[in-house]
Order: sequence, then structure tokens, then C-alpha cells
Amino acid sequence: MIYLTLFMEFFKIGLLAVGGGLVTIPFLYDLSSSYGWFSAQELTDMIAVSESTPGPIGVNMATYAGFRATGILGGIVATFGLLTPSVLIILFLARYLKNHPHNLKFATLLKSVRPVALALICFGGIFVARSFVTSWQTGGLIGIVFVLIHRFKLSPIIYICLGIVAGLVWG
Amino acid sequence: MQGKMKKLFELVAIFFRIGCFMFGGGAAMLPLLQEELVSRRKWLTNEQLMDYYSIGQSTPGIIAVNVATFTGYNYAGILGAITATLALITAPLIVILCLANMLVLYVDNPYIIKAFIGIRIVVVALIAEAVCRLWSSSIKQRKDIVVFAAALGMAVAGVSVVMIMALFCGIGLIIGWKRGWK
Repeated sequence: MIYLTLFMEFFKIGLLAVGGGLVTIPFLYDLSSSYGWFSAQELTDMIAVSESTPGPIGVNMATYAGFRATGILGGIVATFGLLTPSVLIILFLARYLKNHPHNLKFATLLKSVRPVALALICFGGIFVARSFVTSWQTGGLIGIVFVLIHRFKLSPIIYICLGIVAGLVWG
Repeated sequence: MQGKMKKLFELVAIFFRIGCFMFGGGAAMLPLLQEELVSRRKWLTNEQLMDYYSIGQSTPGIIAVNVATFTGYNYAGILGAITATLALITAPLIVILCLANMLVLYVDNPYIIKAFIGIRIVVVALIAEAVCRLWSSSIKQRKDIVVFAAALGMAVAGVSVVMIMALFCGIGLIIGWKRGWK
């Protein structure tokens, strides 16, 4: 039953991706290699689409990945799989905080995992780059775009649109 | 009963809108939430919102979803939490499913292929920028660098990310437990 597998796999990601949507990228790469629902290259394109459409990037990627696996129902199942554990955990925490309003420490118990989250985002970036960067020129271009983003801090969609134009002109 | 329905509709109005207008990761949601919940409706103070955000960052799952669930619960209970979460994801879910459906038809289109060559470069740069931006809030002490390097090293060496995250969450919970929660 593929929908059950899909739900369980995304439930696992939802449970373990502490630190937000970008942390799910390496988990999705794991999925691509163990199930063949989509290729590493396709995943990179999914990240691009998820960055440039409205909504939280983690939710968008789960919907897209589920869709690539088994169609529209797959997209919905994957999204709900991803959301279920975090909704349950937040409900439990919110209830606890109502009774112990000053015990924020408990709610941020996993704060110490933040460096791990950062490492996994970093790893995700390396993985994405590895799927298509084959020349120094490409690497240099990434560096230039990085400096632009860092300097001007505009919305990601603006940079993605610039990428589309550049790709169409010089690609 | 009437009051409860009104509250739920309010949550739908707020989080559906945020779902339509936020782009990127959880941090993109903060200014929208500040405007809606702090400035306009005065449900929360800025400090409370930052607390919610910090909880969303250090619990499993997508940060924006966690903040929506949390806000919904505090405003209208369990039903409120579920309503806010569903309202947030409805628009993105529909957009992605439509777009994915369309892109499947055009994967071989030369223009789409060219466009994605440019897009991929931007995506890697965006991820690198996110790492830079999160660095100062995630790496605060020397031991954080050690944890960061250890986790990255394990990932590069081929340890599955599921294992890595489970391991460090386990260690984090044990240490937190030993120190006592209070």
C-alpha cells in the first residue's frame, strides 16, 4: 500500500526535521535514493518551485514529492504525514505551557539540536550543488548570486525570477 | 457556540492569507504574523510571538506550521489549532498540485529546461544564505561548533540523516532531563 508507506515516511520526516523546512532536504534525498519516487535532479527542481510558490517551503516540498510519487492523492497524503507529528507535539506543548506558563525551557528542550539542524541544511545544500555543479563557472555564479542575496536581502522569488531570465538568455 | 465559530473564521482569515503571501522558510512568516497578530489584532505581544517562534524552531516540523498550530490553540483550543494549520496549508497545497501537474507536461520543453538551469544556481545560493543567516542564532558556544562539525561530518561520511537527527535529539533530551526542566 503505497499511500501508507508515503504517510509513514513523511511522518518520520515531520518527527525528525527539527528546525524547519530546509532541514527536510537531506531527508528527501534519502527518500529519492531508497524509493526512486523522484531523482536527485528532480528534487532540486522541487526545491526551486517550493521556494518560489506561496507557503512554507517544507510543506510545499512534501506536497510536490508526494505528487511525484503517486499523484494528487500522494501529495495530500505526504503533506498530512509531515504535519501530523508536529501538530500533536505542539498541542501537547501548548497545553503544558497553559498550566506552566513560565516554563519555556521545557518547550525549547531541543534547542541544543539547532547546530545539527544547521549542519543538515548545509549538507542539503552540498547535495543539491553536487547534483548539477560540474564546472568552476557554475560554482562562481553561485558565489555571485550568494553575495547579491546576502547584500540586498530581497524576497527569494525575485532572485528565482532573475535565475529564470538568466537561464533563458544564456542557458 | 456562535463566539467559537467566529473565532475559527478569524483564524481561517488570518492563516489562509499568510499561506497565500509567505514565500520561503519560516522566517518569511514573521513579519506577516507581526502585522496580523501583534499590530492589527493585538492578540500577542512581540515577546510572545518571539517565544512562539523560538518554540517552533526547536520542536520537530515546519516552523511556520508549528507557529500556526500554537497560535490557533491558544486562541480557540484544539479545534482552533487544527483550523489554523489547515488554513495555512490549503492555498500552498492547491498551488503546488496544479503547478506540479502542469510541469509534468512540459519537462521536455527546451525553455523550461533552460529556465531551470538558472533557477538551480539561485537555489543553492539561497540555501547557502540561509545557513549564513541561521549561523548566529544556532552557533552560540564553542560546543555548538563541535556538534555542527560532528553532524556534518557524519552526514558527509554517509550516516543516514534519520540516524543523525535521532541520535542528537536523544542526547539533547537526556541532557535536558538530567538538568531538570525547571
